[in-house]
Amino acid sequence: MLDFTSEQLERYSRHILLQDVGVEGQEKLLEGKVLIVGAGGLGCPIGLYLAAAGVGTIGIVDCDTVDISNLQRQIAHYTADIGRAKVESAKEKMLAINPGVTVRTYQEYLSAENIRAIIRDYDFVVDGTDNFPTKFLVNDACGMEGIPFSHGGILRFDGQTMTVLPGESACYRCVFREPPPPDAVPTCSQAGVLGAIAGMLGTIQAAEALKFLTGAGSLLTDTLLTFNAKNMDFRKIRLTRQKDCPLCGENPTISELSDNVRPACGLQEKSVRQACDAGH
Amino acid sequence: MQLMVNGKAEIVEGDNISVADLLAFKQVESPDMVSVQRNGKIVDRQRYAEQALAEGDEIEFLYFMGGGARR
Ligand SMILES: [Zn+2]
Repeated sequence: MLDFTSEQLERYSRHILLQDVGVEGQEKLLEGKVLIVGAGGLGCPIGLYLAAAGVGTIGIVDCDTVDISNLQRQIAHYTADIGRAKVESAKEKMLAINPGVTVRTYQEYLSAENIRAIIRDYDFVVDGTDNFPTKFLVNDACGMEGIPFSHGGILRFDGQTMTVLPGESACYRCVFREPPPPDAVPTCSQAGVLGAIAGMLGTIQAAEALKFLTGAGSLLTDTLLTFNAKNMDFRKIRLTRQKDCPLCGENPTISELSDNVRPACGLQEKSVRQACDAGH
Repeated sequence: MQLMVNGKAEIVEGDNISVADLLAFKQVESPDMVSVQRNGKIVDRQRYAEQALAEGDEIEFLYFMGGGARR
């Protein structure tokens, strides 16, 4: 049992008051390790809330730097941060909220080569990327390592999220099988997104991570939560593990990771990758 | 026939309606960006045209959606 300082007791008092969290739950948060993939629209609110909540170790992966077009929704990055590494900018704000947590930064491109070694250190992974190759990579790597994760996606006025407990609940591939053809799916950078949608979805994902660590409530497993903010319609769609899932089904066909050579937007992804690779 | 599409009752005229027909009827612009769940089972994308629907089927269109960070 940790000895809480009086400062900690005050800082986390609103958690400690909660019957489903309490001192025990707060202790679990302080001992918890969560990796956030992407320090963008979703990763920013996720990182800020997890730091505020006192999640002891928070990792953030992102190879990008802050651009002025990010500031409409990526609330951990400020105007003065333009040009800075997103992971550094996010870390600074997280530690400003709560110097009692440890933030580890990975300014790199998550790939089939490095992902397993990175996620292995964490209890829970939160996916906040907007490209499908990485979403599938996170799903497959978490499945192989047995690490629970939260999937999140936003576009225009819509959001969707599901929580995956590998081997127990439906995975991302159960539903989406393989990355869509590059030109089929618009990304936020092509189709736009209402800024606050990132906060709506990101805070749901952060809540799932906190629930997982504390054991409070029930997770969004076997469930795709979707919402459309135009009319504020929320729906929970029941999912089940699929016997023919290529990752977690009866005869899985995926036994190693690949970088899924069907990027959401080929040229753009390639230039991002080159830019990031050149950066370090 | 009557179906439940995305949680709402929907009457679709005609027989031998396939998943592809329903996608067209619902004016889904790019079927490539939808995964179709029929009564809890994900329909093989290659079989949208041949997969026939039945009275009372519960259909969900599950859209591919990206996220917050380019990486
Ligand atoms: Zn699966």
